[in-house]
Amino acid sequence: MNLLWVVLLPLIGTLVPLFTERFGRNICAFCVALLPAWSLILVLMYAPDIFNGQAIRQTIEWIPAIGLEVSFRLDGLSLLFLLLILGIGLLVILYARYYLSLKDSMSRFYVYLMLFMAAMVGIVTSNNLIQLWMFWELTSISSFLLISFWSHKSEARKGARMALTVTGAGGLALLAGLLLIGRIVGSYDLDTVLASSDIIHAHAAYPVALILVLLGAFTKSAQFPFHFWLPHAMAAPTPVSAYLHSATMVKAGIFLMARFYPVLAGTDLWFIIVSLTGLTTLLLGAYIALFKHDLKGLLAYSTISHLGLITLLLGLNSPLAAVAAIFHIINHATFKASLFMAAGIIDHESGSRDMRQLNGLWQYMPYTATLAIVAALAMAGVPLLNGFLSKEMFFAETLNQSVLGSLSWTIPLLAVIGAAFSVAYSLRFIHDVFFNGQPVDLPKTPQEPPRYVRIPVEILVALCLLVGIFPAFVVGDLLHIASFAVLDHTVPVHNLAIWHGLNLPLLMSFMAMVGGVILYYNRRHLFEFQSHFDTTDAKHIFERTIQSLVKAAESITNTLENGSLQRYVFTLLLCTLVMGGLPLIELTQNSGTRASIPLDGVTIVCALLMIFSAVATVIWHRRRFLALIFLSVVGLIVSLTFAKFSAPDLALTQLSVEIVTIILLLLALFFLPQSSLKESSNRRLSVDLLVAGLIGCVIGTLCYAMLTTPLNTMSDFFIANSKTGGGGTNVVNVILVDFRGFDTLGEIIVLGIAALGIFKLIANMRIAIPARDDKGRAWSNDPHPMMLEVVSQSLLPLALLVSAYIFLRGHNMPGGGFIAGLITSVAIIQQYIAHGVQWIKPRVTIDYQWIIASGILIATATGLGSWLFGQAFLSTWFDYFSLPWIGKFELASAMLFDLGVYLTVVGAVMLILANLGKLTTSERLDIQENN
Amino acid sequence: MLNIAITIAAVLMCLSLMLNLWRLFKGPSRPDRILALDTMYINSIALIILFGIFSRTTLYFEAALLIAMLGFVSTAAMCKYILRGDLIE
Repeated sequence: MNLLWVVLLPLIGTLVPLFTERFGRNICAFCVALLPAWSLILVLMYAPDIFNGQAIRQTIEWIPAIGLEVSFRLDGLSLLFLLLILGIGLLVILYARYYLSLKDSMSRFYVYLMLFMAAMVGIVTSNNLIQLWMFWELTSISSFLLISFWSHKSEARKGARMALTVTGAGGLALLAGLLLIGRIVGSYDLDTVLASSDIIHAHAAYPVALILVLLGAFTKSAQFPFHFWLPHAMAAPTPVSAYLHSATMVKAGIFLMARFYPVLAGTDLWFIIVSLTGLTTLLLGAYIALFKHDLKGLLAYSTISHLGLITLLLGLNSPLAAVAAIFHIINHATFKASLFMAAGIIDHESGSRDMRQLNGLWQYMPYTATLAIVAALAMAGVPLLNGFLSKEMFFAETLNQSVLGSLSWTIPLLAVIGAAFSVAYSLRFIHDVFFNGQPVDLPKTPQEPPRYVRIPVEILVALCLLVGIFPAFVVGDLLHIASFAVLDHTVPVHNLAIWHGLNLPLLMSFMAMVGGVILYYNRRHLFEFQSHFDTTDAKHIFERTIQSLVKAAESITNTLENGSLQRYVFTLLLCTLVMGGLPLIELTQNSGTRASIPLDGVTIVCALLMIFSAVATVIWHRRRFLALIFLSVVGLIVSLTFAKFSAPDLALTQLSVEIVTIILLLLALFFLPQSSLKESSNRRLSVDLLVAGLIGCVIGTLCYAMLTTPLNTMSDFFIANSKTGGGGTNVVNVILVDFRGFDTLGEIIVLGIAALGIFKLIANMRIAIPARDDKGRAWSNDPHPMMLEVVSQSLLPLALLVSAYIFLRGHNMPGGGFIAGLITSVAIIQQYIAHGVQWIKPRVTIDYQWIIASGILIATATGLGSWLFGQAFLSTWFDYFSLPWIGKFELASAMLFDLGVYLTVVGAVMLILANLGKLTTSERLDIQENN
Repeated sequence: MLNIAITIAAVLMCLSLMLNLWRLFKGPSRPDRILALDTMYINSIALIILFGIFSRTTLYFEAALLIAMLGFVSTAAMCKYILRGDLIE
């Protein structure tokens, strides 16, 4: 058996609906139920061990280097929640089968539901804080999908968004809290954390961690002031409400508090925050619930109220209260799920959820009414039903606390008032819906629902009764082991019995009953009183807040990102200036100890040429063709500089890149204005000039300081190992294809993607071109001068030969796949220029996309090939051979990799340049004909 | 003897490069400027070869070869540009 499967089975279950939907709804629902049922059986097989007081753990290493592992545990608390999640989940699957109409996509619903179920199972079985948080977020996302299931409804979308925002924000707080706890304890392992209660309590960051974790729990469990999302989540289909908002999602927050009870509870801070939040939520929820006309709205606020009750119990810092809290978790889940299902049946069969329309349904659906009434009585806390027991324990606990010092006697009083409202709204649920005259304007005539949709309700109501009558027999053990886990192995003596004798809690129950009946009887006065208040819809406030947030974010974005490239460059350079310039001020000496290289005349002349051309490029930047020529001079001199300072590889690369760039610019230049207008003010110009000048000074100083300081760089390693490790004497090439081969692989993939992106952008673009040049002269009539054609054609084989030569010698001498690829591309482009597209088309029939793809594939396959020999990805192999006539030569797997680089470069450059060239091909002819 | 010859040649080449740049500045027409750039390519080849002879190495030969080949393509592309506007038709 494997604990992992308990989580994996529901997760795999998300795929089941996709494959079984075609076989009809019954089979689909049946198959969907199989995997969670299997998971439930697994859990039950573990149960005997758990009841013996063990906790089962299973850990799989994930990223051991940073202490991340996938770890699961099953203890009493997890078992309790697993039974609720999987058990009620199965009932909901059955219920949803009959609830969803033919218009709703059943497979979509089940996929979301199973995803949610898997996430919940993950939360309660996680033994690692980060993993727990991951499942926590998964519940937020899957509940968003479930709430917005009827995405055509505006309120469903808004409700889902609200739930996601609130619980997602809480999730972030929780992550921060869990990280903090992990930092305090030094481990994310739950076992370790649960055993470190003293360390956490004593740590200075404990209050912060506590508040962050509680924020996560309170948002999820809809505690005041975050309760507002829950009523709006009622826009979800009723099976979702029955599942998420009774037994699972909102209980996740409660689970979190129970899980961390041993380490976070027990302090005054916990006491104050949790108990007061719980009390406020309890009273607020109970009060508002009475005034809701919507059946599900009433249940939603009632849920908020009951969650508040559980929170209050957990906050009391007393072991018995914690037991009562756990007991109420079970009871609330059973009666609230059945009530939601009953509400769904009523909605389904009568077409309305408004209690002002729903009256006297008893005569139409007596059987459903009986079930709903029993469940509602359990909610009210009537004896012989489960709600009574936990409520009585709750009353008993409120008497044993001192939250408010000498004012603590108010807590039991407030508890009774809350309970009275709870009785009142339960009565309203019963009386308004099933009795109280005749239905008003119902869209449908109500009737009993199909047999199977009632089964889940029957099971849950039966549980309410069983627990209510034989509490110790039915849930005694389960409650004991769950408390055992929460209270760190010391469970106080508690007596699950209906009759504890005539005592104060019983009297309080009685008072609540009587008070509730009185409240309900006088409800018209209450409604009248309530109508004097403005009821602000939380949705509007929420939407308004979100809108203003979005507006603020937009205005910040628009201020920073106003679309002016000059501005971006300006900001970027200014930041560089501050970041790079400030440390330079602290640098007292900018020249290092390394001796200067002697200066010679040629170098000085070349430097002057470069400076003049660079300045000329800037001065004439508005006359674009001219600027391009000056730019070519700069590029040429840079290549010469590389050659002069012993970097022939760089010189070759720079030269070929230079030419490809010029062709690219010439191609693009034609579609742009030949000269640009002066747009910047003089002030702007001088500011820009100042910043640019300063940047120049900073970069110059940096370079000078760098170059004159002798440094031990990585180059020494590469130079020493190039021949022995990579089998090549050209260090640059060995770095590219061997030492840093993985980088190169990434780069050629990016190059390929960029080329495909450009191709996609311009594939169907056609630009009409002017019939005259910028001086108004007509173009030459000869598109392909014969002299150019002849020379270019004879250049092609020579260029390809040079390219092959550069490629082959690349490993040992300056050269390599990249340069060779550029040379080949330039040679082919020259044919395009000389002969035109029409001439090339029948002669080059290979798609350039295929060349890119095969290049990347060859490079990747070379890397993968080393796996066959048990080596790491991209390890190179080389050896020396000799053949007659040729002599000794070397073969290296790096050469195959270089071939991949070569092909990718050729494919990418050709794809971009040839397609840029094709932009005008057809249009040009038309214009000429028009002339 | 060889070094003296190389020095003289280098001085002359530098001089001609500067004159090329002057022509580039001055123009006046576009063909003048393209021609100036092309001559600069040629003179750079000479400089690189001279540097190779001076350093007694063949390592720089390929750079010269590439300038010769690619410089031609660059010049041809620019000429095509002022003749027809569109490079690839």
